[in-house]
Amino acid sequence: MKKRVVITGLGVVAPNGVGISAFTNAIKNGVSGIQFYTDLKELGFSCCIGGTPQIPETLPSNYLTSLQLRNFNSSGIMYGCIAGIDAWKDAGLMISNDTVDFDSGTIFGTGTSGVEKFREAIYKLDDNKVKRLGSTVVAQTMASGISAYLGGILGLGNQVTTNSSACSTGTEAILLGYDRITSGKAKRMLVGSCSDHGPYLWGGFDAMRVMTYKHNEKPTKGSRPMSQTASGFVPGSGAGALVLESLESALERGATIYAEVLGGAINSGGQRNGGTMTAPNSQAVERCIKEAVDDAKISSKEIDLINGHLTATSKDAQEIQSWVNALELEGVDFPYIQSLKSMVGHCLAAAGSIESISAILQLKEEFIFPTINCEDIHPEIMRMIDPHKFSNKLISKKLNIVAKASFGFGDVNACVIFKRY
Amino acid sequence: MTKDELLVTLKNIVKPYIQDEEAFINLTENTDFINDLKINSANLVDVVLDVEDEFDIEIDNDAMEKMLSVKAAIDIITTKLNEK
Repeated sequence: MKKRVVITGLGVVAPNGVGISAFTNAIKNGVSGIQFYTDLKELGFSCCIGGTPQIPETLPSNYLTSLQLRNFNSSGIMYGCIAGIDAWKDAGLMISNDTVDFDSGTIFGTGTSGVEKFREAIYKLDDNKVKRLGSTVVAQTMASGISAYLGGILGLGNQVTTNSSACSTGTEAILLGYDRITSGKAKRMLVGSCSDHGPYLWGGFDAMRVMTYKHNEKPTKGSRPMSQTASGFVPGSGAGALVLESLESALERGATIYAEVLGGAINSGGQRNGGTMTAPNSQAVERCIKEAVDDAKISSKEIDLINGHLTATSKDAQEIQSWVNALELEGVDFPYIQSLKSMVGHCLAAAGSIESISAILQLKEEFIFPTINCEDIHPEIMRMIDPHKFSNKLISKKLNIVAKASFGFGDVNACVIFKRY
Repeated sequence: MTKDELLVTLKNIVKPYIQDEEAFINLTENTDFINDLKINSANLVDVVLDVEDEFDIEIDNDAMEKMLSVKAAIDIITTKLNEK
């Protein structure tokens, strides 16, 4: 019999809120975390807006030692450590300095690590100063840097690794951790993902012209998922972390339970049948959603809310068509649907975890957050679903089941089903 | 620079990396970086970089390998300063 898995701790570092209470308040009120960045403008970016968490100067020293902060220049690892340690403490778990917890591990994903540290190192290296790189370039720039930092800080003795699957990374991490607990290989898994901020990460997307360049004057209006006037995504950054735990372990500890992970699915479209490096194979997306619903042993009608991938590119209508096909629901029968990206932008590797946290908070606190900037829903979307299924206002509502999906470059998909506990 | 002045400067350099406060307070010429001050061996390269910056000298790989104690560090720094 598969073990049941529940969520007992959350931590978030998002462009519109750092910490669970600030983030909850921001998403309830439709607060945008998108700003204009002068450095992007000076570097000649087409899109000069983005989302970066506002970290008070003194905050990092609550999470990392002064030695760890020496020559530290990896925004993603910083965000991941804050979110990860917050989630661990939120779950009521202790940090011991001399024991190893072999029942707990972490799967904490990222796309790239320490891109600014890497840049710094390359400049020194090209100046024939390889000897002067210092001792932390490897730890800050290796992909698994974030899981290595967290594993060391928390004393984790189960699996400690980093997954990477582009913009589906965060959702994938949740499902990988879930599998490890259902199979009895771990009692607790700290799962989540993080993403660096800034031009050296975002530049490649700007070059592809997939980020909007039409909203530099009005940053908070820039991220427009599902809107007729959506013209590309707005880049974001940050981290989200969840403590997943077997139900029996959570009950034994008397832990607060936010929600249950009912199941999910991960697949790829194989970059065939319309799928490419950058575009999704819709058949695979639909299959992933259907498999997630089956894995969770629910019927699609039981889904109250979809927290979509919905990036604010021309693909939003295609994504909704996939949901309609997979769930075999349309019009008034279709669940509520929303996109957190309207407020925080596309946090790339961190998107899946930050957005999952927003989904879980809605289950726990009984609300549906507003999707801002969707006052002009795309007509193709309007043809598929009832206009009351998206809202740019806060709705107070008791939800039972939320489906969350993320899709990424490489034609990869992940869908997870959360249930009120 | 006198030996005492050098010792004070060196003490300031290693301060961020030490993990044994008591050994640091009682630091003498015979103090060992790893065994006494409990400096993480990976951080020894950072100590060397900070020494290079402070004294404007270059420490080669051979000298770096030997720089495991306060005494060895003082000897190496003194030699390099005299070569300048």
